[in-house]
Amino acid sequence: MKLKAMIFRNVKLFFKDKGMFFTSLVTPMILLVLYVTFLGKTYTDSFNSAIPQGIQVSDNLIAATVGGELISSILAVCCVTVAFCSNLLMVQDKVSGARNDLMIAPVKRSVLAISYYIATVFSTLIVCIAAFGAGLLYVHSVGWYMSVADILWILLDIVLVVLFGTALSSIINVFLSTQGQISAVGTIVSAGYGFICGAYMPISNFGTGLQKVLSFLPGTYGTSLLRNHAMRGVFEQMRADGFPDEVVEGIMESVDCKLYFLGNEVSLSAMYLYLVAIVFLLIAAYIWINARKKNR
Amino acid sequence: MLFNMQIWQIRGTGMGNIIEIRNLHKSFGEVHAVNDLSFRVKQRELFAFLGVNGAGKSTTINMLCGQLKKDAGEIVIDGKNVENQMDAIRESFGVVFQNSVLDKQLSVFDNLKIRAALYGIYGQKFAERFAELDALLGLKELERRAVGKLSGGQRRRVDIARAILHKPKILILDEPTTGLDPQTRQTVWEVVNSLRKNENMTVFLTTHYMEEAADADYVVILDAGKIAAEGTPLDLKNTYTGDFITLYHAKEKEVAALGVAYEKLGTTKKKSGMQKKLQGTTKNGEGLPEKPSAEEKSEEGIYRVLVPDTAEATKLILAHPEVFSDYEIVKGKMDDVFLAVTGKKQIQGEN
Repeated sequence: MKLKAMIFRNVKLFFKDKGMFFTSLVTPMILLVLYVTFLGKTYTDSFNSAIPQGIQVSDNLIAATVGGELISSILAVCCVTVAFCSNLLMVQDKVSGARNDLMIAPVKRSVLAISYYIATVFSTLIVCIAAFGAGLLYVHSVGWYMSVADILWILLDIVLVVLFGTALSSIINVFLSTQGQISAVGTIVSAGYGFICGAYMPISNFGTGLQKVLSFLPGTYGTSLLRNHAMRGVFEQMRADGFPDEVVEGIMESVDCKLYFLGNEVSLSAMYLYLVAIVFLLIAAYIWINARKKNR
Repeated sequence: MLFNMQIWQIRGTGMGNIIEIRNLHKSFGEVHAVNDLSFRVKQRELFAFLGVNGAGKSTTINMLCGQLKKDAGEIVIDGKNVENQMDAIRESFGVVFQNSVLDKQLSVFDNLKIRAALYGIYGQKFAERFAELDALLGLKELERRAVGKLSGGQRRRVDIARAILHKPKILILDEPTTGLDPQTRQTVWEVVNSLRKNENMTVFLTTHYMEEAADADYVVILDAGKIAAEGTPLDLKNTYTGDFITLYHAKEKEVAALGVAYEKLGTTKKKSGMQKKLQGTTKNGEGLPEKPSAEEKSEEGIYRVLVPDTAEATKLILAHPEVFSDYEIVKGKMDDVFLAVTGKKQIQGEN
């Protein structure tokens, strides 16, 4: 009951805080517009240049490929940045003194910690699923090759990446206690995460050393899972249109649908396994930190 | 010190202690915020904890509430040790923080409902408790309004409701009336007094308003992390201040001849009846020249004479009846006690 009450409080505060809620909701939409405006053409050119001469590709298929890449990138970034944004309540409670009020009640620190986590997952999922809906509308308008299964897989990927993003933000936020720190972390995450997860630019474009480093990060696999499921339909269509397998494989590699860990190709199931393990590890660490955190 | 020990012994008997603090220490780096602090709070009493900013009041309260770890010493609340029984202790007290810490975006009802659930009060039990609190604090008219939209006084009512949701034995009030208008302050005190009377609640108060401390059953004055003085307000007044005789329409020459310390509060023109008392200046003598002229010296004035106690005052009056034609005797105020004990002027409403 205590946990339920705290989750209710945290979710309600997120949606009552118009600034926080609308910023979270608008961010994916702004990203979509920015991606389409600034990256759409780059992705299209890059894709066209990757197609061997003599192979005819319909504009619709190219647009659908670029669309799939765009929405997977947006979702990969949003699932983490929105989690950071909605999880700020944890820090705001320290700043406002509400945390002191909650801590004088007979409620365990771990219960408070879990309540922040679950509430953040819930709030972030709502925003990210709304963003996914907008993304689907966009893809539908440019070229549709997705199946219902793809959509369900993407939803699963969103859940998983949100769980990861929330766990990561929770661990970082435990150590924050001022408004300045909140702003600093928000800025760093917003600016940096898109690069290191391969959303702004495929990891295959980076140098070998950096690729090796990034292959250890769970965000890389989150992006790849989303991309695999968002673009599966177009790859299937390419094969059906007579694209040679090696061409399709090459395109998949160029957009990070195929990833390598220490030289070995990472299967989708391995990506899931790794992400799930990391999520469990981060949550356990988060609860442990909270439980161990002593008063000054 | 002897005085403190005597009080300790006297209070050690009779009603049980609900809070016992022994040899408490807390340092922040080089600053020894709480230095070997020991005191007791008896059941159902109004206990006032005084001190200027940085005296160690908030540090002590934070340790009392388990929000700050002590360096050494012992805190026992309701027979349980803060060290290892904090979870059980949390049920025993409620805190009204200096600044409201409720969720400003949420309604009064949601705030109280969520906080009540943390104490295992929900469903019908909460509905009943809310009705009781409404009767005490008039919450019904506020229940749907966001806490952030309430006035200072309304918010204080909700803060008190939150603190007593679970019917705690101890109510900790951390400067509860700071920044409130006089009417709201009075309302707050009416509620607190009602809780003491009807719910047998012990009230632990920190305040900057000395007149509030004057109503306490027991007062501890903290200075630089140590107890500077403690006792009932009457004890403290008797120990640290004398009585004050205020003389109206007296001549300075006559007052000086009494041979006791005095101060001029104002002048009055030689007029008859009530006019004499009302005419002229304020009692604090604002706007008066510091050195009166010879002509002014011959004028009648208002003087305050300090005597050690009421017996001495009586002796003085009987010895000089011609001077004491219009006068009043008052005990020193808690402000005077505070000043005498700490040597620091307490600024009302200072945070």
